[in-house]
Order: sequence, then structure tokens, then C-alpha cells
Amino acid sequence: MATAVYEDRLERMWQPRPGVLGWLMTTDHKRIGLLYFWTTLVLFAAGGAEALLMRTQLIAPNQHLLGPATYDEIFTMHGLTMIFFFIIPMTTGAFGNYLLPLMIGARDMAFPRMNALSYWVFLGSGIFIYTSLFLGMAPNAGWFDYVPLANAVYDPGHAIDFFCLGIIFNGISSSLTAANFIVTIFKLRAPGMSFNRMPLFCFAFLAASFGLLFALPSLTADSIFLFLDRNVGTHFFDVAHGGSALLWQHLFWIFGHPEVYILIVPAFGIATEIIPAFTQRRVVAFPLVAVAELLVVFIGFGVWAHHMFATGMPTITVVFFAAATAVVVIPSTIQVFAWCMTFITGNARFKTPLLFIAGFIFMFVAGGLTGIMFLAVPFDQQVTDTYFVVAHFHYIIFGAAVFPIFGGLYFWFPKVTGRLYFELPGQISFWIIFVGTNLLFFPMHLVGLDGMPRRQYTYPAGLGWGPDNLAETIGSYITTAGIVLLLANLVYSWFRGPVAGPDPWHGATLEWTIPSPPPEYNFAVIPKVSSAYANWDYEDREEDRRKLEQGAMVLEQGHEQPVSSTVDGWWREIVEMPHDSPWPIVLAFALSLVFLFVLLHLYTVACFAAGAVGLTLLGWHGEEPQESEA
Amino acid sequence: MWRRGLAAVALLSPLVLAGCGGGANTQNSLAPHSHAAADITNLFWVMMAVSFGGLGLVSGLLILAWVRRGKRGFRAADEDDPHPGERAAWWVVLGMGVVFPLAVVTTLFIVSDGLIINVTDAPAASRTALTVEAIGHQWYWEFRYPGTAAVTADEMHIPVDTPVNLVATTDDVIHSFWVPELNRKIDTIPGQRNRIELYANKVGVYRGQCAEFCGLQHAHMSMLVFVQSKAAYRKWLRDQAAPARSPATALERKGEDAFLNGACSSCHTIRGTSASGFVGPDLTHLGSRTTLAGVMLRNDPAELARWISEPQQVKPGNEMPDLRLSAAQLRALVAYLESLK
Repeated sequence: MATAVYEDRLERMWQPRPGVLGWLMTTDHKRIGLLYFWTTLVLFAAGGAEALLMRTQLIAPNQHLLGPATYDEIFTMHGLTMIFFFIIPMTTGAFGNYLLPLMIGARDMAFPRMNALSYWVFLGSGIFIYTSLFLGMAPNAGWFDYVPLANAVYDPGHAIDFFCLGIIFNGISSSLTAANFIVTIFKLRAPGMSFNRMPLFCFAFLAASFGLLFALPSLTADSIFLFLDRNVGTHFFDVAHGGSALLWQHLFWIFGHPEVYILIVPAFGIATEIIPAFTQRRVVAFPLVAVAELLVVFIGFGVWAHHMFATGMPTITVVFFAAATAVVVIPSTIQVFAWCMTFITGNARFKTPLLFIAGFIFMFVAGGLTGIMFLAVPFDQQVTDTYFVVAHFHYIIFGAAVFPIFGGLYFWFPKVTGRLYFELPGQISFWIIFVGTNLLFFPMHLVGLDGMPRRQYTYPAGLGWGPDNLAETIGSYITTAGIVLLLANLVYSWFRGPVAGPDPWHGATLEWTIPSPPPEYNFAVIPKVSSAYANWDYEDREEDRRKLEQGAMVLEQGHEQPVSSTVDGWWREIVEMPHDSPWPIVLAFALSLVFLFVLLHLYTVACFAAGAVGLTLLGWHGEEPQESEA
Repeated sequence: MWRRGLAAVALLSPLVLAGCGGGANTQNSLAPHSHAAADITNLFWVMMAVSFGGLGLVSGLLILAWVRRGKRGFRAADEDDPHPGERAAWWVVLGMGVVFPLAVVTTLFIVSDGLIINVTDAPAASRTALTVEAIGHQWYWEFRYPGTAAVTADEMHIPVDTPVNLVATTDDVIHSFWVPELNRKIDTIPGQRNRIELYANKVGVYRGQCAEFCGLQHAHMSMLVFVQSKAAYRKWLRDQAAPARSPATALERKGEDAFLNGACSSCHTIRGTSASGFVGPDLTHLGSRTTLAGVMLRNDPAELARWISEPQQVKPGNEMPDLRLSAAQLRALVAYLESLK
């Protein structure tokens, strides 16, 4: 009886603005997560189309579907899109935004308006970079964008300027998101959720967020240097004037290697939630796995130069980075065997999400083993820049990042939509994608060993590369068919799927304690937490229900959210969270203008746009939420 | 898993067989023709075997979980025993996840980065008998033989069983010198003189290719390494170092005239004439080469004529402009260039 009263009050308090305006001004982490999801899905389709174009071009020797200029743009955009505009925003932006507050028992992210700003800036940067493709001046020096090829002498025009500015623009969004996650994880955990009671998913996102925050500045600096070299006449990378071409590579990979872990660690997080739900077993060696998730990112900062073993660095340098590369193996093997042992000691049900996780483990181990091979410097120097490397990192990025994303889509689909997907087509989609990706990527090992370098728009007949390339192209079509089936299943299920209820899987974490889809306020009662598998602590959940009856821990006096101490999760205070706001989207628009005018070399006008950004910030801070009485 | 491994071996076997001959039609890193490349190849086979073992192990664990699935039906997580088998599982995680991989990567590190690296590293000066400079250009390879006047493009010659000090530099962007059957690759970095040892234990032709993305025609920046007997190599070098022969027929003379007074000479050098451009390759002994345009075309009169008359169709983006030559001029030019043996 009383329960309904309190839920009603919360409902009114957290009511969003109706209609489109409600979406444009939203600060709700779930709505922002969905905005991220739909946007990244569109960009994933673009990146996938680019991949299919490349594979079709390479189906046989000496094809002419794409000319060299177009091919270079397409492979560059494929890399940029999949890394910066699909995987990072899909894992952190969509999965992280939607799920992380739910898993820690919070009602929103720590900085809801900044969260909205992240999304709108991301959208702006996506439109910015894709404008270049439609104007026929897309970046064309690879996502790694090595100088001197990317400097103004060898690549005049706007293509690389789009790259530099797009990267910086996108980096603003990622940095904001990362900072938001860190503070959210540190401060907004439900009272009682000390670090050792935090779900592994959150450890993964914490690791990825720290990774982003510390890796991105290097890339941003690199991009600024390149933009200045190209447009202002500085000589950071110009050897003739005392600069260094290798400086670009170092700064790029200081970002670029941690980036690999930033891409896959959130996927590890997804895996560590799906596995307990479908084995009904807490993850084996929990503390070791949590530490490994953090360590893999930390050590990942010390291995960047293994991307540069063929550049003629001194042997001692090369050997140092090879040793670091050996060390980074260990946190990954710990996790792999912890997952496998959870499968075995638990009661595994191979539903679609778990199939994707099993496939992920297989792909990750396959890609990881070829990764270990690269610590053998002479072998690395033999196969680097060949298709062997392309095979390796697609096993990692498609296998270890995208497979868990697909598994996670199926897993949390009932939570987000309130409906169940259809199991049989789900399992079929897994097998099609599994067979397709292996047919797509495995032959790349062979053709790489057979001497085929990367990034060539065509290849001659007579070197024996035809059959492998044909198999890869067929594999890419099969993979596409599997992904289409996956999406079709989810779209159909959204309208016609059986009603899921709050907890169809008997999941382990807090998001399964609340209705599907979750109400605006997430939790009617700030949940009691005494382990990392809170939904399996049946007495705590009973207690929550009792509290709701009595109106204890409901916090319905405003947009209220408790703040906890960082390590132990002790109750600290109650803060008032902001309401919907027009300022994030306005600010993102003004920022887009800054980048647009800098691109057009209208630096004075850009200064005015920057002034508009400043004015927006003034407006933003003019409506600070009132301090709560409590 | 086992079947998968077998499939992989089956897929690899034609690759191995194709590699046995060596020659201009393969570029196979598993068909070594030097001790450096052989060490790398052997290292790979061992790593591959161990990797399939590791993949088999993990696949086995997953299959074990699948075999044990469902026998007990759905059973919700047990509050009283939340960690069944945890102790044994910890031992597996520590053993297979820490100790075993640590032993494997340490062994691999010592063997590859302590021992084999000495063979593939830049050679000590005392170890090599001769130096060749490889200079990367968008999009062809220039080869120089210090101490002689010899300059060639796309095709280099070295003597058999002789350690060669290969110095890799660039005229423009970053390229990577790579002849997989002879050694690992080495990038050409502006401002650096990177070196590797080039060695071949068998007379023959070995194919190589630029391995670092270098722009529009990265795909067409190949090279051939001709490994000759020492006597044949000495004769070849003597011939290459000599200036170009003079035209012998009227047609060739007309061709030389067209070359020197037309646009050609502003970009190309023919030693012994007034042509001394340095945008494109040195053509002093073009007639002695077997291929053109970064090993894209066979060097015969028909292909050469096509290359000269429509360079932007053959290799879009390269520096050679469409010169709009008359048919007569083209015929003379081809005759002259082909005569430059």
C-alpha cells in the first residue's frame, strides 16, 4: 500500500519532459545511453559498409571497384569509425551509461549534465568526421596517420585537418565520460558497497576510464602538433628543421596501445556479468580478476613501442618493450582461466549471451596467442605491417570487444525493453557470426605469412594470395548476414517478444532487482549491499521491500542521491541531482562551431565561437541545483 | 579443436610447398633463404605449435563446461555455497593463468630476444662484406652501390653467400624494406640510416615489397633481389657502373633526342648524357631490367610503351605525367630505352 505511494511520489519527482524536447534536454543516464546506442549503431553500420567495400575490392587480384584514393579514405575511416565512433562509445557511452549507475544502486551519473554534454559532443564529432567523407576529403593516411605522409607536403588539403580536429573533438567527449565514470564509481555507490563488493563490470569500467583519461592527452597533443605543423608552420615532426618523424609514432602509440585495452576491458566487464548469470556461480578468484582488470590497463601503458619494432630503435629499447609485452600477458591469462573455471564449477546454461561469451573467450585466446608471438622481436619484425597483424587485432577487437557487445545486447535487452528476444534465432545468429568471423579473419594469418602487406588497395595475381582473400571476403558476407539476423531478432522482439519481467535470467547484480524497463529514478529504495552479487543476497532484497513499505531510504524529497565514501562505501551525505537542461546541447553546438571555423582557418571567427562556449558555460552555472537540507 | 588444427595445417601446406622453390613468384616468410629468415621461420613453427596447444586447452575447458551443462537443470545460485569448487579453481587460475604462461613467455623472451635477435639485428661492420643503399621513393626503390657509380631501381643484385650491409633510407615518407625470404623488414625513417643484413644462400630471384603504408601506390612498390654467383655479380656491377651506351640505330638516336630535349630528362638521369633529373628513377641501364614501375609490368617494348604513354592509367597518382607523345616519338623512345642494356 505504502509502496505505491512512495513510488508515485518518485515518479512525479523524476518525471521527464515529454516529447522530443525531453530527449534533447535529458540528463537521464538511461536516455543518454540509448542515444549513444542508436548513434553508435548507425556509425557501426557505416564502418561495416566500409569493411565490406574493402573486402569486395580485395575479393580477387587487380580489382577496380575502388581506386587507390578512395580505398585509402575507406580504410582510414573504417579504423577511425570502429575505434572512436563505435566500440568506445558503444561500451562506455551506451553500456556503461545505461548500466553502471544501475549496478551500483545509483539514480544517475555523478554529473548528469556533463554526461549529456559528452553525448552531444560525441554526436558533433561524428557528424564532423563523416562530413569529410561526403565532401570527398576524408582522412586518408590511415588511422595511425604517420608523418611525413600526413604532413602538408604529402597530403595537402583538408583531409588530415579533419583527422586532427575530429580526434581532438571526439577526445573531449571521451575524457568527459571517463571523468564522469570515475567520480560516479568512487562516490555514488549505494551505501554499503565497499570496493570489494563492487561488481567486476564496474572495475572494468573504472580501469577503462582511467585508461582513457591518461591516454587521450598524448593523442590530443600529437594531433595539435600535427595541425600546427600543417597550418601554422611549426616543425614538430619535420626532420629537416630538427623535428622528429618518430615523435608522432611515440605519442600516437602511448595513446594507441592503452587504447587497445580501453576497447576490450569494458567487454571483459560485460563478460564478467553474463558468466555469473548463466552459470549461477560467482566469478572464480574475484579479487584476482578485479586486480587483473585494473593491471592490464596499467601495464598496457608500458608497451607502446612494440608497435614500432621495425623503426630501427636501439636494441635495448626494443628488448625492454618486448619484456613489458611479456608481462602484460599475465593479467589476461588470469582472467581467461577464471572465466573458464567459473563455467566449469558453475551450472552453465548456453543461452545466446553465454554462447557469445564462450566465442569471445575462444577468439580472445586465439588473438592473444598471436599477440604473445609479437614479443619475439625478430618474428614481429617479420610480420608487422602484414595481414598477420590484421588477423591478430581483428581476433582481439572483433572477437574480444564486439562479441561481448553482441552478448551484452542479448543479455540486457530484456532489462532495457522489458521484452525477451527469441532464443533460437539468437543462437543461430551466434553460430553464423562465429563461423563468419573465423572464415573472415583466420586466412589473414596465412596470407600475411605468405607476404601480403596491409593497406594495399589491390594485389597482383601470381603470388598465391587469391584463395585466402576470396575466403576472407566470403567470411565478411557471412558475418554481415549474422549481424543482420541479430538485429532483426532484437527489433522484432522489441515489438513482439514475450514480457520479460524484472529478472528473466536470475541475474547477479542490482539492475535485476528493479522493473524492466527501469523507472526514471532507477531505485525506489536505495538498496542495501553486502556483496558484489547483490541480487543473490535474498535477505537484503527482502529488507529493501520492507523499507519501501515504511518509506525508509526512499529519498523522494527531490532529485536526491546519497553520496558514499570512496573506498568503504560509507554513507556520507545526500546531494540534489540536476534536472533536465538545455545547456549541454547548446554548448556542444557552440563547440562544433569552434572546430568548424578552425577547420576553415577562420581563426578569428573561431574565437567568437569559443566566446559563445564561454557564455553557455555562464548560463549553465547560473542554474546550479540548490543544496539539499539534509 | 583438433579438427580445427588439422584444417589449419592443411591450409598452410600449399603455402609451404609454394615456398620451397624461392623466386619471383613468392614472397613467403616461411620459405627462408638465409639463416636469419630460417631462424624466424623455425621460431614461428614452434610458437604456432604451442599456440594451438594453448587454444586447444582453453577450448577443451569450454567444451568440458558444455558437456557438464544442463545435467542438473536450472539451479539458482546457492546462498549457502556461493563458491563451489573455489579452492581447486584458484589453483587452476594460479597455475594455468600465472605460472605456466610466465614460464612460456620467459622462455620465448630469452630465445627470441636474447638469442635470435643477434642474427636479425643491424649487423656489425666487421660482419658484412659489401654495402648496398636502398632508398625509398613514392613509389619505387632506388639502389645505390657505394664506391661505384651504379644506380638501379626496383631490382637489386647481390652476390650469393655474402653478408650484405643494407642501409635503408627514404627520400620522402616512411617506407619499409622487406624481402621476407631473406630477412625481417626495416622501416625507412626520415633522418635515420637503418640497417639490416641481407644474405641469400641460393642463386635466384627474391621478391620484396614496401611494407609501410606510403600513399596512393603503396600496393605497387615491389622489388626484386637478384642473387647471383660472385663472378656474375661482379660483371653486373661493372656494367651498371658504366655510363649509358650510345644509340646505335637511327631510331634509337631519334629516341635519345626525344628523351633529352623533351620532358623526360627533367625528371630522369641517364648517366653519360645531359639528362640528370632526380624525380624519377635512374634509367642508365633500363634495358637490363626485367620489370618496370615497381615490378608492376614486364620490361618489354609493348609494356614500356604503355607505361610511357598512359602512366596515370597504369599507376594512378605517380609523378610521371601524361606526355601526349606522337606514335612515332613513342616508338623511338621505347627503342632507345630498351637499348640501354
